[in-house]
Amino acid sequence: MNRTARVALGGLLLLALASWLVPLFSAADPLAIGDVVGQRLLAPGARDASGTWHLLGTDRFGRDLFTRMMLAGRVSLAIGVGGSLLAAAIGVLIGAASGWFGGWLDRAVMAAADALLSIPRLILLLLCAALWRPGVATVVFVLAATGWMGVARLIRAEVQGLRARAYVDAARTAGASERRLLLHHVLPNAMGPAIVAATLGVGNAILLEAGLAFLGLGVQPPDPSWGNLIAGGRDLIVNAPWVAVAPGLALIVTVTCCTLLGDAMRDRLAGERLLGERA
Amino acid sequence: MHAVIRRVGLALLLYALVVTLVFVLVRAAPGDAADFLIPPNATAADAAQLRAQLGLDASPLVQYARWIGGVLRGDLGTSFVERRSVSSLLVDALPFSIWLGATSLALTFIIGVAVGAWQGSRRRGAGDTAVTIVTTAIYAAPSFWLALGLVALFTAGAARWGFPVALRLPAFGFRDPSAEAHGLAAVADIVRHSIIPVSVLALIGAAGIARYTRTIVADLAGQEFVRCAVAKGVSRASVIRHHVLRNAWPPLIVLAALALPGLVAGSVFVESIFAWPGMGRTMLRAIAARDYPIVMGATLIYAAAVIAANAAVDVLLPVVDPRRRT
Repeated sequence: MNRTARVALGGLLLLALASWLVPLFSAADPLAIGDVVGQRLLAPGARDASGTWHLLGTDRFGRDLFTRMMLAGRVSLAIGVGGSLLAAAIGVLIGAASGWFGGWLDRAVMAAADALLSIPRLILLLLCAALWRPGVATVVFVLAATGWMGVARLIRAEVQGLRARAYVDAARTAGASERRLLLHHVLPNAMGPAIVAATLGVGNAILLEAGLAFLGLGVQPPDPSWGNLIAGGRDLIVNAPWVAVAPGLALIVTVTCCTLLGDAMRDRLAGERLLGERA
Repeated sequence: MHAVIRRVGLALLLYALVVTLVFVLVRAAPGDAADFLIPPNATAADAAQLRAQLGLDASPLVQYARWIGGVLRGDLGTSFVERRSVSSLLVDALPFSIWLGATSLALTFIIGVAVGAWQGSRRRGAGDTAVTIVTTAIYAAPSFWLALGLVALFTAGAARWGFPVALRLPAFGFRDPSAEAHGLAAVADIVRHSIIPVSVLALIGAAGIARYTRTIVADLAGQEFVRCAVAKGVSRASVIRHHVLRNAWPPLIVLAALALPGLVAGSVFVESIFAWPGMGRTMLRAIAARDYPIVMGATLIYAAAVIAANAAVDVLLPVVDPRRRT
């Protein structure tokens, strides 16, 4: 792994760890609303009347922003990773079946994927979010339902290429069942591009979740997510810019780390394939 | 010519699939349109009458046939809330979105290709690294967050730090309701209102295009025909323009079509934040009001744009790239 990828992975792990630990050890309850008048919109680094220090200040209800941001990080990271993993799992399943069996199944599945890809993903998400009740489970499910097509296409192409390779024929001649051929000989070799796509998909899913939450169609307050924290800071952007700026920066750092990690994995995969073909 | 007809036919087939998909999605959702329209104190008979009026009592197959027939005739149903035909509502909003999208897409490409080509020709230099960090961060930034920042900068920031009057920009709307309605003044007013929304979309778009262009140009720069041109003494600028960029156009045109869904997503947020009277805002308001016919109609128009763009690229590629002509 190169240096950029290590830094990106380290950043993501640190953020995940912080969002898990900070709310556990924070003195203030991130959801409870206390002395609003005395504590609202304290600037970053300020102390409130009781002497508690607020690293990133407080929001309009006097809640500690840093604690809320880390709590939101749990939600955003979980939705991003969960949505992307579920999408990748569905994509691998559908793509493998499509590439391995071919025929009408392949044609039907690829037509459905083409149709879904013709609708911009955000619009598809909005349509689904409008039809079903918003919430964490809905968002994860909808992210998966609108995100499997890319992985499915990649896996299908890989499986189609691998199906005709000599080592697969050799395994078949040796008496391996179709199931064993697909699961033990073909799929493991086809997973590379899917893993890269899933990594890049995490950043994308986090951004989409933030967008839905910003529009009020994702995670609902008082539960924080980076998107609804930014929405909460929307009309405070002039007088208390930290309320919207801090979660935005957290989003940018997270998504950038995912992109860098995915890019590094793709470069490495391309390099390995080049070497493999030469050997 | 044969290939063009084939490609258009394929696009229409795909569009028919999308129309079906939207119908299936809405049917699969819990409840139907009548659930939102029936007042809580209505009797069962009233509810049944309303369902019959909306055609919801027919079998799914009949409803599907009606839906397809309506789409073919350009009839997307009637808005629950506004009691107007959905197509006329969306046609009113469309020009605002096209203006926003077209100017942003043009700027995206001009800025993105220029920055990416500059980076690609100086790969791994200090300037390249600095610009890469900036483009990666902008590419990762949510459009609504950038929009809030730019609004704060050009309204409150402009007042606090004494920006020149030309840089104190309006924070929302398409035009000033009290301004001159005709002539050059009206155009200038619209342009002033467009600066921040277009900048947000163009910044994010250009960051993405620059990242791709950098890779494409760097790959091309290592090829033998470029080394040959450099060796025979062609100037650096000329090599980049005539040898490298000429070969970068085909992938960039493909990229333009691929960038469209992202642009649509960005414009939905931008239209919502800037109260821009386009399709995105119309769709969001319809979602809040559970006005499904508008949501379905807007989805179809966005999908039509994406399908048409993809088809146009496939038809255009052989024109730009002689290697693809058959």
